[in-house]
Parts: sequence; structure tokens; C-alpha cells
Amino acid sequence: MIGNRLRPYRAILSARFRMLLQYRAAALAGLWTQIFFGLVLLMIYEAFYRSTTANPPMLFAEVVSYVWLGQALLAMLPWNADAELRAMIRSGTVAYELCRPIDLYSLWYARALAWRTAPTILRAIPMCVIATVVLPAVGLGEWRLASPPSTAAALAFAATLVCTLLLGCALTTLINISLLWTISGDGAVILLTTLVTFLSGMIVPIPLFPDWAQPIVLALPFAGLIDLPFRVFTGHIPPAAVLSVLQHQIVWTVALVLFGRWLLSHGIRRVVVQGG
Amino acid sequence: MHQIIVENLVKTFRVSERPSGLWGAVRGVVHRRHRTVQALDGISFALDAGELIGYIGPNGAGKSTTVKTLAGILVPDGGRCEVLGRVPWRERIAHVADIGVVFGQRTQLWWDLPVTESFELLRDIYRVPQPRYVAARDELVALLDLGPLLDVPVRQLSLGQRMRCDVAAALLHAPAILFLDEPTIGLDAVSKLAVRDFVKRLNRERGVTVILTTHDMDDIEALCTRIIVIGDGRILSDGTLSELRNRVTRERWLTVDLAQVDDAIDDPDATVIRQEGGRVCLAFDPQRVSSAELIQRVTRTHAIRDLFVENPPIETIVARLYGRSVLPPTAGAEQHA
Amino acid sequence: MHAIRLYARYASISLRSQMEYRASFLMQAAGQFLVTGIEFLGIWALFSRFGQIRGWTLGETAFFYGLISITWSIADAISRGFDVFGVTVKNGDFDRVLLRPRSSILQLFGHELTLRRMGRFAQGLAVLIFAIETLDVSWSGPKIGLLALAVIGGVCLFVGLMILEATSAFWTTETLEVWNAFTYGGVTMSQYPLEIYRPWFRRFFLFVIPLGCVSYLPGVAILDRPDPLGTPVALQWVAPLVGPVFLAMCLQVWRFGVRHYQSTGS
Repeated sequence: MIGNRLRPYRAILSARFRMLLQYRAAALAGLWTQIFFGLVLLMIYEAFYRSTTANPPMLFAEVVSYVWLGQALLAMLPWNADAELRAMIRSGTVAYELCRPIDLYSLWYARALAWRTAPTILRAIPMCVIATVVLPAVGLGEWRLASPPSTAAALAFAATLVCTLLLGCALTTLINISLLWTISGDGAVILLTTLVTFLSGMIVPIPLFPDWAQPIVLALPFAGLIDLPFRVFTGHIPPAAVLSVLQHQIVWTVALVLFGRWLLSHGIRRVVVQGG
Repeated sequence: MHQIIVENLVKTFRVSERPSGLWGAVRGVVHRRHRTVQALDGISFALDAGELIGYIGPNGAGKSTTVKTLAGILVPDGGRCEVLGRVPWRERIAHVADIGVVFGQRTQLWWDLPVTESFELLRDIYRVPQPRYVAARDELVALLDLGPLLDVPVRQLSLGQRMRCDVAAALLHAPAILFLDEPTIGLDAVSKLAVRDFVKRLNRERGVTVILTTHDMDDIEALCTRIIVIGDGRILSDGTLSELRNRVTRERWLTVDLAQVDDAIDDPDATVIRQEGGRVCLAFDPQRVSSAELIQRVTRTHAIRDLFVENPPIETIVARLYGRSVLPPTAGAEQHA
Repeated sequence: MHAIRLYARYASISLRSQMEYRASFLMQAAGQFLVTGIEFLGIWALFSRFGQIRGWTLGETAFFYGLISITWSIADAISRGFDVFGVTVKNGDFDRVLLRPRSSILQLFGHELTLRRMGRFAQGLAVLIFAIETLDVSWSGPKIGLLALAVIGGVCLFVGLMILEATSAFWTTETLEVWNAFTYGGVTMSQYPLEIYRPWFRRFFLFVIPLGCVSYLPGVAILDRPDPLGTPVALQWVAPLVGPVFLAMCLQVWRFGVRHYQSTGS
């Protein structure tokens, strides 16, 4: 019964996997680019850390893990709108979505899940292998992705990771829904996603932000995407505090889902009125 | 002196195979399979200036490979090719300045620009002096009825309008040779006739050599005095339409409209090819029974409302040439292998 | 019509076509301006936390940042034809390029002059002006010439990289992203003075993909800063010439690629 209801979502996931596997060379190319970026970022941080005698709020080793995790899980971030959906909305075929016997928001959310999960897994595995095994092997051990300091931290991270996925997909779906309004507003979408990326701590870890900015940024939903879970992984946030992290992520996820559902119903009505 | 010489052209391609299914895709990450395709297997022919030839064959026979080689954008693996005294791929820029190419399925015009701006840009690309450009453009606009289209962006044109503009665009620089690849595909009847008439006039009055690649046998019948048939990378036939016919079969067809719809015709010297409603089509060999004789026999035993005698359509002829029906059906014609 | 005039024609058509969607273009350019602004905000945040990076100040880093942003935005704006070349080849549209009696490179340059890159250009210029205000650079005619030479050399280098990327599309259209490491990654890397990186990394970007020669070396000369790497000042002044040389080599590779395409078909 449940298996049957999950079938359309399984089909989407499987199709996505197959498509990604076919482009093996593209996958390798993308992996290489991310490794390169990771190395550049690490060298920049290394140079900064060597230039100061004061004690920064995060250890260099923690920043290293943070950077590699960011590269490994990049595909999970809501950093772009679904191009296929954009094309569907522009051409009006989004009207067909209304004819499907599934709740539209759930369909789009499941889409976002599939769209994010498949590439993330395919990218994260080789990335982690390289960051944990290959780097020490070529003599760059000080840049390796260190494992969590304790099993508790690892388990806590796993929990936050699941919530990150849910939160990220809620944001992705929200961004996709916004396409119903801003058809040619690529500028607006890119700006929004860059803000999200920045405020999530992807570019700079939040503890390294100026002290006055930190409380504000930590309250926003985006911190729950990157900064909070990664710091759980490195132990910067102790496993004991994981509940507050999960709470932060879940509360925001629910809020974004509710907002998204409301926005979608308005947006679809608008499309229908326009004659799709 | 021939304008176009092709001698023993040979060309092979390597094609990689896509794996199927999820497990195949995983395996495909490690190992990819290839197969080789012999696109051209010794093609030879020669054309004189001013000829209008049809170059036909099933998909995958080697038509576009030949055309690309003649156009200079593909280098063959072996053989000799000379167009206007040049080897096309060796002197690409000089060569393409003397030819025009129209692809039926892709336009060469700029999508967002009005037609006239595309024309002007082509004038600049082909370095056509302004007075010559204006004369050529005005004439083409008149002959192809492009007046109302000049200020319309290409993306807003219908298929028929776009095709006429593409034909004009290919001729702005007054090339000596014109390649037409599926020029009438998807066009409405009026546009088809317009393009056909134009090409005929262009060839007759200006002496432009035209090489027409098409699946539309009506185009071939209407335009071409010479037909080259290619199959599996080899030339199967090179001559006039009647020569092609006689090569394949002497057979003729008698189509009869019976007065009584459920009547049936049975004659020892004729085979029923098809029967639809009251219309029966019979194939017969004129050397065994003359058409007059057969008509007499049929009308003696059946009540007839109408009849006519014809040659088998070219599709059938060409299909017989390969021994299989491979051509897509055109409106009103049917396969009979 | 001469090649330069033809390019001017292509450019004017492209610009007019983009200006038709003026609102969209302005929004995209503004979006880019803000996006790159956020990028610099990250750098600013790190400097406010750490103070300096191996002796280099925020102002000096801003100089390098501004220079490479300007250089890259120009190169990016003129290279769109190469950027989308993977799609062009896949569609079979390159055949049409070969059917025209003009150099394929010229036609690909003419494909589009992407106006919205001006968002990044404006932001880079703003940061550069900020840097110049913050530092106390003693300007002279030759220095301005060196700055211009650095930009031109850098544009040549980036264009060369884009051409290499496009050339690889003749073999496979799937790995084009590899080059992003050197284009986008190269830009990110050049936002900081080359000296902060590990020696093997520096050597790669000085001798293999000589980004350091069109940003770091002339930058150090303009800032009148003694180079911790110990390069002679004369070298710093001629380094940007590496850019056009690199481009010339890439054009040779392109010609080889076109010949390969003509042999194997699409």
C-alpha cells in the first residue's frame, strides 16, 4: 500500500540516478572543480590563521572539515531553482501538473528531494574519500577531513543532516514556487540564492562573522543548512546541544512548508487565471 | 569539364553505445562500447554546371555524409572530391563562399532578428558589395514573395515562410551551387509549390547547379532530370527517372473504381495490390498483357465507374531497389515491397 | 567586410537585442552586482576578524580583487560563444559556422556580447576604487599603462581558457566543467595576492596557467610593494604580455580541434 503510493517518487529518484550515472565524465569534472575550490579556500584560511596570534572562535582543523563538508554536500543546498520547472512555467505546461492525482506541493517537494538527494550522494561519497584518504596519501594530511570527535557527535550529525535535507528542500520548493511570479527575474532568484548561501555559512563559517552579526544570522533558517550541522560534526557544537539545533531546523522547516503551501495555492490560481 | 567530381569516397564513423537500465549505467561508468559505421563505401559521380539532381536514399544511407563532404565540412577517409576546381575541405573559406546550403530542419537565420537584418548580416559575412546585394535581395524578395516578411523576427514566421526566407538567404551571395536538404519538409502545399517553382526557375534561368536531398518524391518528380540513389553507402542508381524505373521493374498499375463496392477482381495476369472500398489496384507486366487488353478483360466482367493506368510511385521503385520498405510514406502513396 | 567591422556589427546586433528586454537586463546586472558584492562582503568579514593575511592588508587584497573582477567580467562578456559551445556542437550548429566564409573564432566571438556581465564589472570597479582610496598609490602614466596592460593580458588569458574549454567540446561535451576550476576557480584564487598560497600552487599559476602574471605581478609593481617572492621589478612590468602569448597557443589548439571535428563529424 505504502509502496504503491511511494512509487512515483521512487521512479523520479531512479530516473535521476540513471541520468547522473550516464554523465560519468561530467561527474568527474564537477568533482575536480570542487576539489580545486576546496583547496583554494583552505589555503586562504590557512594564510589567515597563520597571520594572527589571537585565538579565533574556530580551530583551523574545524574550518578544514567545514570546508570539505560544504563541498561534499553542495548539491543539497537550495542554491538554484529547478531549471525544468522554470521551463515548464514559462511554456505553460505547468498546467499539466494540476491534472496529476497527487497533492501539488508534495509533488514539488518530492521533486526537490529527488533532485537534491541523488546528486548529493553521488558527489559526497567520492568527495569524502578524497578528503579523508587521498589527501593524507599525497602529503596534505593537515588538510584532511577529520572524523567527528565522538560517536555521539557522529549520530548527532546524522540527525541534523536529515533535517538539513528537509529544510533545504523546503527552501528549494519555495524558490521554485517563486518562479510562478518572477518568470524572467533571473536576477532576483540568483540574488536570493546567493543570500541564502552566504547566510547559511557556506562562504564563511558563521562563528567567523563579526561578533555583532552572529546572533542575527544564527536566528535565520539558513544557519540550519550548513553552519549548525557542520559544527555538530566537528564537535564545535557539543552533541548535548544537538536538540536545540534540531529544534531550530524543524521549526523553520515547518514554517517554510506552511508558507510554501499557502504561496503555491495562490500562485497556481494566478497561473490558471492567466490561462497558463 | 565537370563542376563537381566525386571519386570513390569512403568514410567510417565510430559511434559509442549508450547503456540501458540502472545496472548498465553503473557499468557504463567504467567501460563504454563502440561500433563502427561505414557511412560511405566508394561513392563516385560527376556533375556538370547547371544540373538539377535529386540525391535520395533511406535514412542512414550516407546522403548527409556526402553533402557534408561536398560542402567542405567533413573530411573523407579516402577517395577524391573536387568542386569548382577545389578540394572543399582544404580551401574551406574560398569554397563555402561559392556555395549555398539550406537545411530543412535548421534555419540559418538569427532567431530574434527581423529577416532583413539577418540578410544584411549575411551580406557582411559574405562580403557582398552593396549594389549586388540590393539587386539580389530585391529579386529574391519578389520571386519568393517575401515583402511582408522582411520586418518580422524569424521566430514569428511560420515554417513555410521561414523556409522561403532561408532559401533566399542561401542565395544572397549568388553561389554557383545550391545544396537543398529536405527543403519542403513540413511545408503546406502552397509553400511547397512556391519553393519548387522557384528552384526550377533558378536552375533554368540562372544555371545554378542544384543538389536536392529529400524524401519527398513529388519534389523529385517535379524537379529532377537526374536521380542518384544511395543505399548503405553505395550508389544504387544514377540516371533519369525513367531509367530508374526501368532498372527496377517494368510493372504498371491499373486502378479501377468498381460500381459495386464488394465486387472482387480476379485475373490470371494481374495481382491485386490493394483494395479499399470500391477501389482496386492491380499490378501487371505490360509484356505479358497489354494495358488495353487488361482493361478490356476487366470491363467485360465488372461494372466500372472509373479507371486509370500509372507507373508505380517512386517510393515503391526505390523501396524495391533496396529490397525493403524503408521510405516514410508521403501523403496518398503507399508502400508495397 | 573587415573582421573588426564585422565584429562591431555582431556586437551592435547583440546589444540591441539585449536592450529590448531592458528591465530584465537591468535586474540581472543589478543582481550580479549584489551577488559579487556579497562575495566581497565575505572577504571583508574575514579581514575584520583576522586583520591581515600574511602581511597583506584589506586594501591591497581589494586591489587584486577589483583588478581580476574587471578582467574576468570583460572576458566573460565577450566569450559567451565559447561558453555555450558545448550546446552549439551538440545541436549541429557548428556546421553552419563552417559553412560561412569566415574564421570560426570570429563568428563565435560575434555570438553575443553579454551586457549583464557589467554588473560584475561595476562591482569590481567599485572595489578597485575603494582600494585605491584606501591605499596610497602614487600614480603615473606608465602605471596606468601597466594597469591597462594587466587587464588586456588578463582578458587574453581568460579568453584563451574559454577557447580551450570550447575546443574540448569537440571530443566530449560532458567534461567541459573541468575548465571551471581554472576560470571561476582562477578568479577566486586571484582575488587574494598570489603570495599567500602554497609554493606548488603559485608555480602552477605562474608558469602553466599564468594568472599570476596578469594580476599579481603587475599589481605588485603598481602598488610599489616589494614582492615577498623576490621577482625583479622589470619582470613585473612585462609579465602581462604572457596573456596574448597564451591566447595564441590556445588558438593553435582550437585549429587542431576544428580539424578533428571535420574528420570525425558530429
